[in-house]
Amino acid sequence: MNWRRALVAAAASAPLIALFAWGLTKDPREIPSPLPGKDAPAFALAVFAPGEPPLARAIGDTVRLAELRGQVVVLNFWASWCLACQDEHAALSETARHYADRPVRFLGVLYNDEPPAGTRWIAEMGGQNYPSVHDPGARTAIDYGLYGVPETFVLDAAGRVAYKHTGPVSARVLVRVVDSLLTVAARSGAPGAVPAPLKGGP
Amino acid sequence: MSPAVARSFATLVFVGAVLASAARPAGQPAGSASAQPADSALQQAADSVLEARTSAVAAQLRCAVCQGLSIQDSPSELAQQMRTLMKEQLRAGKSENEVKAYFVSKYGEFILLEPRARGFNLVVYVLPVLLVVGGLGGIVLLVRRWTRAPEASR
Repeated sequence: MNWRRALVAAAASAPLIALFAWGLTKDPREIPSPLPGKDAPAFALAVFAPGEPPLARAIGDTVRLAELRGQVVVLNFWASWCLACQDEHAALSETARHYADRPVRFLGVLYNDEPPAGTRWIAEMGGQNYPSVHDPGARTAIDYGLYGVPETFVLDAAGRVAYKHTGPVSARVLVRVVDSLLTVAARSGAPGAVPAPLKGGP
Repeated sequence: MSPAVARSFATLVFVGAVLASAARPAGQPAGSASAQPADSALQQAADSVLEARTSAVAAQLRCAVCQGLSIQDSPSELAQQMRTLMKEQLRAGKSENEVKAYFVSKYGEFILLEPRARGFNLVVYVLPVLLVVGGLGGIVLLVRRWTRAPEASR
């Protein structure tokens, strides 16, 4: 065996193997969104699922992003045919209630689904504390660069996209992101921001 | 389909449609050749041009759901909705590049099936050429050495 030749071959192939090994650590389905840091795309969508008081909105009401300025907005895209949406349902619904008396608004956006199917799904899941709107033609979904459901966007009080979460979101992640945005809003004195926390931590 | 090919295809469709619209009233029996058919034929021509332009843009963008297919080739609901949106934007007077820029601003450069030839992306375009040239050079050197060796030892 020619040891020198073997050594050269090993040295030549090592970088390639290292490159492939590094590639294995990355998820090819995880694509960075260009949206965080930018102004959130505007929308005006009709409510089809009212949610529970005190977060309820009347069915047929139009929710506009502009009217939510000054509040942290959690925008969750979901569908009744989406299995992963069942996993995050409780976390979202309970976190929304946790922030009920803070300047935080949760909104569900139905993606490629019919409102009656969405309403049925919410009933089967035991209700949802916050309202959901219908997005005909997925216009808002495309505006937010949606790849699939569930995806969750957190917008800051100034109306910028602060965070995007792909896949089922947990209460821990939501609370961490929303709390940090509330702190920033309180410090900068954004309109509508509550300066002192009304509640303790989670 | 490259943009240049797509554009010439769109032009071809337009010219063909206009010719067809000019020929059809003449072929119809006298009396029915009013302005109505010509108008609708022109409308059809405009529609087919818009359709061709939409297809040209859709063929250059990646379907967000299936990722390996273009929006033009994908049967997924989201891709169809994206195509509808493209058509509306083109009809509203946006250029093909403006429509592409809209989708890049929402989905990132990943949505482009063909990476832009600049910055780090140049590796994709330059490396294969370098490897082919280097490989050919290596083969030439080796073949020379192999064919010369017997002569030298003789």
